[in-house]
Amino acid sequence: MIKVLKPGLLTSLQDLGRTGFQKHGVIASGVMDPVAHRIANLLVGNQKDVPTMEMTLSGPALRFESDTLISLCGGDLSASIDDAPVKLWRPVFVKKGSVLRFGQAKEGCRVNLAVAGGFDVPDVMGSKSTYLRAGLGGFHGRALQENDELRTEEASSVAKKIMASLKDKSDGRNFISMDWYVASEFIPAFQEEQPVRAIKGRQYNLFKRESREAFFHEVFKVGSKSDRMGYRLEGPGLYIKKEGDMISEAVALGTIQVPSNGQPITLLADRQTTGGYPKIGQIASVDIPLMAQLKPGEKVRFEEISHDKAQQLYLERERSIQQLAQGIRLKFN
Amino acid sequence: MNYKIYPLGDQAVIIEFGQTIDEDTHERVKSATNYFEDNPIEWMTEYIPAFTTVAVFYDPLKVIEYLGETDSRLPYEMVVEELDRKLATLKEGVSEQARVIEIPVCYGGELGPDLSCVAEHNGLTEKQVIEHHTKGDYLVYMIGFAPGFPYIGGMTEKIATPRKEEPRLKIPAGSVGIAGGQTGVYPIETPGGWQLIGRTPLPLFRPEQTNPSLLQAGDKVVFKAITRQEYDDYKEGEV
Repeated sequence: MIKVLKPGLLTSLQDLGRTGFQKHGVIASGVMDPVAHRIANLLVGNQKDVPTMEMTLSGPALRFESDTLISLCGGDLSASIDDAPVKLWRPVFVKKGSVLRFGQAKEGCRVNLAVAGGFDVPDVMGSKSTYLRAGLGGFHGRALQENDELRTEEASSVAKKIMASLKDKSDGRNFISMDWYVASEFIPAFQEEQPVRAIKGRQYNLFKRESREAFFHEVFKVGSKSDRMGYRLEGPGLYIKKEGDMISEAVALGTIQVPSNGQPITLLADRQTTGGYPKIGQIASVDIPLMAQLKPGEKVRFEEISHDKAQQLYLERERSIQQLAQGIRLKFN
Repeated sequence: MNYKIYPLGDQAVIIEFGQTIDEDTHERVKSATNYFEDNPIEWMTEYIPAFTTVAVFYDPLKVIEYLGETDSRLPYEMVVEELDRKLATLKEGVSEQARVIEIPVCYGGELGPDLSCVAEHNGLTEKQVIEHHTKGDYLVYMIGFAPGFPYIGGMTEKIATPRKEEPRLKIPAGSVGIAGGQTGVYPIETPGGWQLIGRTPLPLFRPEQTNPSLLQAGDKVVFKAITRQEYDDYKEGEV
C-alpha cells in the first residue's frame, strides 16, 4: 500500500486512455506523456495499459507501506527518497516505510510513477484513467488528496525477479536503483526553444500565407491557462483568409486548432472529442511527449514534417519500445 | 456513396460525406457509423461521427499486421484502400426507422432562468416560447463537446437567441438551453454560455451503462413540458 502524505499540485492515476467512448462525447483522458508511461510500466514488469501516477510540476509526498519496485519516467521534478536523489528511467527498489518526495521542476512538467503490479482501482468504461471533470475513473474519480491510501495489484514474475536482484544488493538501504537505464532515444531532448515536429492540419490552406509561414517559423510561448486539456499558445496571430463558421468535427491528440483570436491551442489528453475551430497543424505522435512536458512560460517552435515521415517515425519508435520490452523479458525470465 | 478521405494526424483519418449540415449528408454519416458499429474492424480503435464527417482512429501496428505484413506501404495508404473497399458496399438512403426519445422538461422558474430573456428577445410570451420549443421536429446530428451532449437540429428560428455575453461558470446537469438557432441539453455540470430555458430530470449521461449516452446521432427528440411537481417526483423516483 502507498499512503499520500501530501497530494502535490495535480496528481492523478492515468492509463493509455478511455478508448471507444469518444463517439458518446466521453473524452479519452489518459497520460499526457504516453512514452514515459509505457517505459515506466515496462521497467517494473507491467503491461502497457496498467495505470501510472502522473504528477505535475510540484509532486506529492508518498510513503510506501511495503517493499515496492517502482520507476519514475518523464520530467525531472527532483525526486528524492529520504533526502537522497532518485534517478529516472530505471527500476528502483524501495524499502517499506520510505518516503518519496519531489522538489523543484528542473526539466519537464510532469513525471509518471509506475509500481510493480499497478494501482488497484476499478475499470470504468474500459479504462482506469481519471476523468476529472466528470468525476469518474482513477481513484474515486478525482486527483489524489492527503491521506489517500492506494493499494497495488500483484507484481508480475518479471517484477519479482527484478525486485529480488535489487533487494540482494540493497544492503539495508532505503532504496537502490538499477545500474542500467533505458536508451536515450526514449528520453525527451529538452531544448530552450523546443522544436516539436508537426504536419499540416486539415484546414492549413484556409490560413493566410503569412500565418502559414509564421506557424512553422516563429516561436510560441506556452500560456498560463494551459492544462491537461490543451496548451494555449501565445505568439504571432494566425488568421484564416475568410471568416466563417467551420462545421464541428472530430479532433485528435495533438491537433493544433486556432480560434478567431488567432492564438493556437494544442489539444492534449483531456481534449474534447470534437471542435469547431480550423486545424492549422497536427503534432507528430512521436513528439507528443515533448509538447506535454513543456511548462507554462516555456517556448515551442513547430517544425514541418510530411505525413509519411510522421508515420515512419511512429513505427520506428514503436519497434524500439518492442525491443526494449523484449530485452527486459529476456534479462529477467 | 460520395465521400473524401483526409488524414487527421498519423493515427486517424476523416471521412467527409458532405460540406453542409443537412439530412442527406447526415444519412450518409449514419450509414457509415452503423456499418462500423455492426462490423468492427480489427485495426480500428474507435470512430467519432460528426455533422458531415466520421473520423476513424486506427492502430498503425495493427494496420500493418492485418493489411500489409508483406508490403512496404505506410499505414495511411492501407487504411484508405480498405475503407474504400468497405464503403463501396454501403447503399445510400437505406436506414432503419429513427428512434424517438422523449425528454421531459420543466420550463422556466429557477430551473430555466433565461426563459423570460428568450421570450423578450423574440417578442413572445414565455408560454409561446415553450409551445415553439415543444413542437419542434428535432434530429440529433452528433454527440460531442461533453459526454452525451447532443447537437440538435430543427429548432424554429422564432425562438433563436444569442448566447449570453458572460458565460456561466457552472451550468447544472440537465439544463435545456438555446444558443443562436440551436437547442441542446447539458448532460454534466460544465461552464457555458447558453440561454437556459428549463431542466430535464432525465440523465443524458449514464457512465454505468454500455451506452453511456442516452441520445445517439440519428435519434429524433421530442421535448415534453412537465410541472415542477412532476420534475421533483421524477428526481425522487430515480434514487
